[in-house]
Amino acid sequence: MTAWAPPRYAHRVQPHRGGVEEARVAIVGGGLVGLTAALDLARRGVASVLLDEDDTVSAGSRAICFSQRTLEIMGRLGIGPRFLKKGITWNRGRVFFRDREAYSFDLLPESGHEYPAFVNLQQYYAEQWLVEECEVSGLVDLRWRSRVAGVAPREDGAVLEVETPSGPYRLHAEWVLACDGVRSQVRRALDLPFTGQVFDDRFLIADVRMRADFPTERWFWFDPPFHPGQSVLLHKQPDDIWRIDFQLGRDADGEAEREPERVRARVAAMLGKAVPFDLEWVSVYTFRCRRLERFRHGRVLFLGDAAHQVSPFGARGGNGGVQDADNLGWKLAMVLRGEAPERLLDSFDAERVPAADENILHSSRATDFITPKGAACRAYRDAVLELAHDLPLARPFVNSGRLSRPAVLRGSPLNGPDEAPRAAPPGTACPDAPIRRDGQPDWLLRQFGGGFTLLAREAHPVRMEGLRVVELRDSPRPGALHDHSGLAAARLGLAPGECALLRPDQHIAARFATTAPDPILAALRKAVMA
Amino acid sequence: MRLRREPNIADPDALYAALMEAHRGLDEEASRRLDAKLVLLLANHIGDEAVLREALHLARGTIPGQDKAPATD
Ligand SMILES: Cc1cc2nc3c(=O)[nH]c(=O)nc-3n(C[C@H](O)[C@H](O)[C@H](O)COP(=O)(O)OP(=O)(O)OC[C@H]3O[C@@H](n4cnc5c(N)ncnc54)[C@H](O)[C@@H]3O)c2cc1C
Repeated sequence: MTAWAPPRYAHRVQPHRGGVEEARVAIVGGGLVGLTAALDLARRGVASVLLDEDDTVSAGSRAICFSQRTLEIMGRLGIGPRFLKKGITWNRGRVFFRDREAYSFDLLPESGHEYPAFVNLQQYYAEQWLVEECEVSGLVDLRWRSRVAGVAPREDGAVLEVETPSGPYRLHAEWVLACDGVRSQVRRALDLPFTGQVFDDRFLIADVRMRADFPTERWFWFDPPFHPGQSVLLHKQPDDIWRIDFQLGRDADGEAEREPERVRARVAAMLGKAVPFDLEWVSVYTFRCRRLERFRHGRVLFLGDAAHQVSPFGARGGNGGVQDADNLGWKLAMVLRGEAPERLLDSFDAERVPAADENILHSSRATDFITPKGAACRAYRDAVLELAHDLPLARPFVNSGRLSRPAVLRGSPLNGPDEAPRAAPPGTACPDAPIRRDGQPDWLLRQFGGGFTLLAREAHPVRMEGLRVVELRDSPRPGALHDHSGLAAARLGLAPGECALLRPDQHIAARFATTAPDPILAALRKAVMA
Repeated sequence: MRLRREPNIADPDALYAALMEAHRGLDEEASRRLDAKLVLLLANHIGDEAVLREALHLARGTIPGQDKAPATD
């Protein structure tokens, strides 16, 4: 196994013509979220300039659990199969309390999806593939070692002060996507408060390389003998790398805890003396759960960690940020093409702020369970864990992180009617299902293209402008999708003659009892705030 | 359903004694865990969220110096 080495991307000197350079879209930050946004826009034919202060991908593995929804989005962007091939699929979690296993659980993966519930993968691989695809697209102007130092918002966009090794320059962009992470310079430049709850506990991440025969499972210890009073998480990544996350408590000394010898001793205590290992990456961190009040500030939009921050428990940071990009790409593309009014971008706030709140809520609750404050909290926590061994009724209370689920955009102003409420209400990401097309097995989510789709079951809707019609049939028919297992209709809640309106980000916008065009066209207008 | 507010235990003295007996010999922390387990077991048995929230509200509100219960929703 050859060790992965971070790619180094070259800084290209920008031609200085003096004055201010112009761009339609500038993306500040080429991390997981900025790169996803850039590729999403490129897939919609929108060019962007991407500025990143660094010249490489994520330092350290960071986000390792990629959720099904993220994988579906990567599938839409054309790199889903790479995640499947390299990533590690896991389905089982085990919870230990003190010196014994309390119980184990199954993610109960539902079959009939192209992507599993989760794969584990180092964040740097995801970023590397996104960079490659952005380059191939020819529509993303990737500018490395380009630090945005100042932002002057204007009516018609913002002027960015860019600092580079070859000198500074100014760039006026009509739209700025701030994807510059948790310490966002854009957020500071606009002087926007970033408020929420602070958690005092320190955590240590040690990624170790070892040949171990632990199963491919998520293991979580509360108060184990090898690390008393604290919690520990063990999770597998590709390349024989294991993520070990040690809770250190409130009084830990961050500097001292980073010392390799100290880290080695902790890992050895956990694995036993006989297991050889190498340290790959070590990081000591604390965290907060907070967000900006709004994510849209005129022509500047905030995505990912720049907009919201959560604890790592539940894998909601990276997955939440990717969904931000998924949500924004089509809206911005339509506004730029003049196909939708600018106010469509207000719906980014209306949809992603509640989604961030959901992530913050789950992540705060998990943190409260894992790091109980005060005697009463600890008593309840330990009571739950003691009961969980023998009594399944206690297990749902155990919270070692509620793993990321796609947000349901329930109250969205873009949602239309649900004339036949059954499954998957408007605002839900369309569930995947196996289908057949001209006899060949395929997946439902691959059939929608980049625009709005009307998915009709056992019906033949008339042509409608701005809408691609996809027919779902119970028996094979040329040009139609054959729902041979019935799963597509069941998951979408479509009876014969009914149809669903799907947005370009594959969310269900509305469901209709018939294919009569007027209500469908009205819902289509509503979905773009026309 | 609302939280029952009238007496409903046939032999309150016996129940009280049983509660005290359950705590006998436990240190402070173990006692707290025992109470927490009881709450969790009974809450699961009751299952009705409205009743549980009403009980929480009532319990918190009857602590001296805490005449206002914290918001429950
Ligand atoms: C230890 C750890 C474990 C985690 N585990 C998970 C997990 O399992 N699952 C999950 O979903 N999430 C996880 N996360 C969270 C996840 O890593 C982040 O949520 C995710 O990286 C956010 O992506 P982003 O693109 O918003 O920010 P970042 O990835 O931080 O990217 C920001 C980018 O902006 C650039 N930048 C910053 N300032 C400037 C500037 N002024 N000018 C130009 N460029 C700039 C940086 O170089 C960087 O490339 C974890 C995080 C940590 C720290």
